[in-house]
Amino acid sequence: MRARLASATTRAINAASRRLGRGQGTVAGGRAGLHVDPKLLEHLSAGRQVALVSGTNGKTTTTRLLTVGLGALGDAVVSNETGSNMPPGHVAALVSSHAARAVLEVDEVYLPRVLTATGATAVVLLNLSRDQLDRTNEVRMVAGRWRAALAAAPHTHVVANADDPLVVWGAGAARAVHWVGAGLRWQLDAVGCPSCEERIEFGEGSWSCTSCGFTRPDPEANLVWSAEGTATAVWRDGRTRPLRLALPGRFNQANALLAAVAAEACGVDALAALEAMDSVDEVAGRFTVRSFGDVRARLMLAKNPAGWDELLELVSGATAPLVVSINARVADGADPSWLWDVPFERLAGRAVVATGDRFRDLSVRLQYAGVPHSTAPDPVGAVVAAADGTGEVVDVIGNYTAFHDLLGAPA
Amino acid sequence: MRTLRVAVVFPDLLGTYGDGGNGLILARRAEWRGRRTELLQAVSDRPVPDADVYCLGGGEDGPQVRAARTLIDDGTLAARVEDGAVVLAVCAGFQIVGRSFPGADGEAHEGVGLLDVQTVKGHGPRAVGEVVAESLALPELPVLTGFENHGGRTTLGAGTVALGQVSHGVGNGDGGEGAVSGRVVGTYLHGPVLARNPGLADLLLSWALGDDARVLTALDDAAADSLRAERLAAVDGRRRLRRRRRERRPQP
Repeated sequence: MRARLASATTRAINAASRRLGRGQGTVAGGRAGLHVDPKLLEHLSAGRQVALVSGTNGKTTTTRLLTVGLGALGDAVVSNETGSNMPPGHVAALVSSHAARAVLEVDEVYLPRVLTATGATAVVLLNLSRDQLDRTNEVRMVAGRWRAALAAAPHTHVVANADDPLVVWGAGAARAVHWVGAGLRWQLDAVGCPSCEERIEFGEGSWSCTSCGFTRPDPEANLVWSAEGTATAVWRDGRTRPLRLALPGRFNQANALLAAVAAEACGVDALAALEAMDSVDEVAGRFTVRSFGDVRARLMLAKNPAGWDELLELVSGATAPLVVSINARVADGADPSWLWDVPFERLAGRAVVATGDRFRDLSVRLQYAGVPHSTAPDPVGAVVAAADGTGEVVDVIGNYTAFHDLLGAPA
Repeated sequence: MRTLRVAVVFPDLLGTYGDGGNGLILARRAEWRGRRTELLQAVSDRPVPDADVYCLGGGEDGPQVRAARTLIDDGTLAARVEDGAVVLAVCAGFQIVGRSFPGADGEAHEGVGLLDVQTVKGHGPRAVGEVVAESLALPELPVLTGFENHGGRTTLGAGTVALGQVSHGVGNGDGGEGAVSGRVVGTYLHGPVLARNPGLADLLLSWALGDDARVLTALDDAAADSLRAERLAAVDGRRRLRRRRRERRPQP
C-alpha cells in the first residue's frame, strides 16, 4: 500500500516537473517517493531482473550498451538513462515502466546500498580512479566498500575488469566473478596494492603485487587488437566475435565486452547482445554532432584524468579544430587541479580554444604544456571561433557541466 | 652553466591532486629563461635521485605513510637538504616532511623531519575550499591563493615560521598556512600552488640557482595573473555575500 502511494507520488511529481519544464524531474520525484516509502527501491525491484553498472568512467555508456544488449531478444528493458545514478534516479526510472528487466547506472559510493536494495542479478564493475577529490572519495575506500558489499551478495554475478587492481580487489570476495580483460590505460591510481599496500607492478597485459601475491585473475573474455586497431572479443571457451561498434574509442569496445558478459549472466546470448550494441551511435549526447548556427561540433565528455587520457588519445592524430571547456561547479568538483594530471602536451600543434567557467586555469595549464591556444569565456563563442569559417566539424571536449551547457545550448 | 635538476618525488604515491604540476612549472620557467633543465619523475621503487629542487605532492593516507617510510629509509632527501637543496612539499607532502603526521587510523607516524611541524587529525569536517593567505615568511611575495583539501591540523615548532597568514580558508588550523624553514617550504595549497603563485615559483628557482638567479628575467605571466585575479575576486564575492546575509539576519 505504502509502496503504491510512493510510486504514485514519484510519477506525479515527475510528470508535473516535466510539464513545468524543470528538467526530466527524475530526482525530485524519486526523492519524494523515497520519503513516502524508504523501501521503495526494494519494492520496485521485486520480481524484476536488475543489472547494475558502476565505476569511475564509462558508466552511462555501458549502461546504455547493456540495456540495448538485454533487449536483443525483444524484451522490454528499463534504465535510468538520464544519468541520475543515485537512488532517487533509480526509483524514478523503475516507476516509469513494468519491464521485467532493468539496467541501473549506479554512483560508485552508492553501489553497496543499491546492491542490497535491488538484489541485483548482475553487477558490472568498470574501473576506479581519482575523480572529484574535493568530495574525498578516496578510491581505495570505495574499493573496500564494494568488496564487503559483494561478499554479502552470493546470488549476484559480478562482471569485473581484470586489468584494474582496485576493481579486482572490490570484486575479489564475491562468490561468482566473471573476469574480463578490458584494459586499463590509466594506472596511476592503482600502484599501491589494495591488499597489502606494497607495490603493484604492471606488465604487458599483466599485473601483480611485488609482495603479497595479489595478481591479475585469468579473464573468461578478452579483447584482442589487430594492428589496424580493430578489436575482437575472444572467450576462453573458444567463441569469438569482431566488434563493430558505431561508438568510437578503445574504451567503448571494452565497455561493450563487459556489457556482453553481463548480458550472458542475465540469460541473453553474449554474441547476440554484442550485435545489438553495434548500432548505438551516441549515448546521452556523448559523441553527438550538433550545430551552432552554421558550425558543426562533435561533443565529448571527460570528467577526470583517466577519462581525459582516453579522449585525448582518441582525438590525437586528428586535425579538426579543438575546443576544451572546463567548469568547476558542484557536479564537476570545485577543484580543477586535476587539469595538471591530464597529458594536454599531446595537443601540441593543434588549434585549441580554451573555454568554460575555469578557462583561466586551463589556459595556464596549456601554456606550461606548450600548447598555443586562444581563450573565449563563452563556450558557443569558443566553438564558432575554433571553426574559424573553415566548415570543419569542431571537436569539443568538456567536463560534466561544461558538456551539458553545450549540449543544451540553443542551436 | 650546470643543468638544473627538478625532481617530482614519488608521483606514484603522492600524485593525487595535480601537484606534479609544480615540478613541471619550475622546470619550464627555468627553461624559458635559457637554463638547461632536467625534470625527473622519481618513482618510489628506485633510489631518490640527486636534485636541486624536490617537489612532493598530496596523496591518500596509505600511500602517504609508505612515502614517509621510504624517504626516511632512503636518506637522500634529508642529505640533499643539508647540502642546500630546495623542497616544496604540498598537503600530504607537507605533513610527511614534518616531525610526525597521522595515518589512516589516526595514529602518529614518523616524518622526514625537514620542518619542525607536527600534524594531528583534526576534529570536525575536512578543510576543503579556496584559501587566501597573506605571505608571512617570504614578505617579498604577493598574496597566496590555492585550494585546500585535508583533515590535518598542523602545529609549528618555536623556530618555524608560517608561509602565510590565512585570510580565507583553514590552512594549518591556527590562522597560519604552511611553514618555511631554510629552503624547505610546506603548504596545504593545491591548484597547483605554483600555477596560481608564479612569484613563489621564481623565489624557489632563485634559491636553487644561487648566483645564477640573475637569469630570472620577467616572463609572460598574463594567464596566471588573470587566474589569480579571478580566484581572489571569487573569494571576495563569497565573503561579501556572507557578510550581507549576516547583516540581514535579525538581531536578537
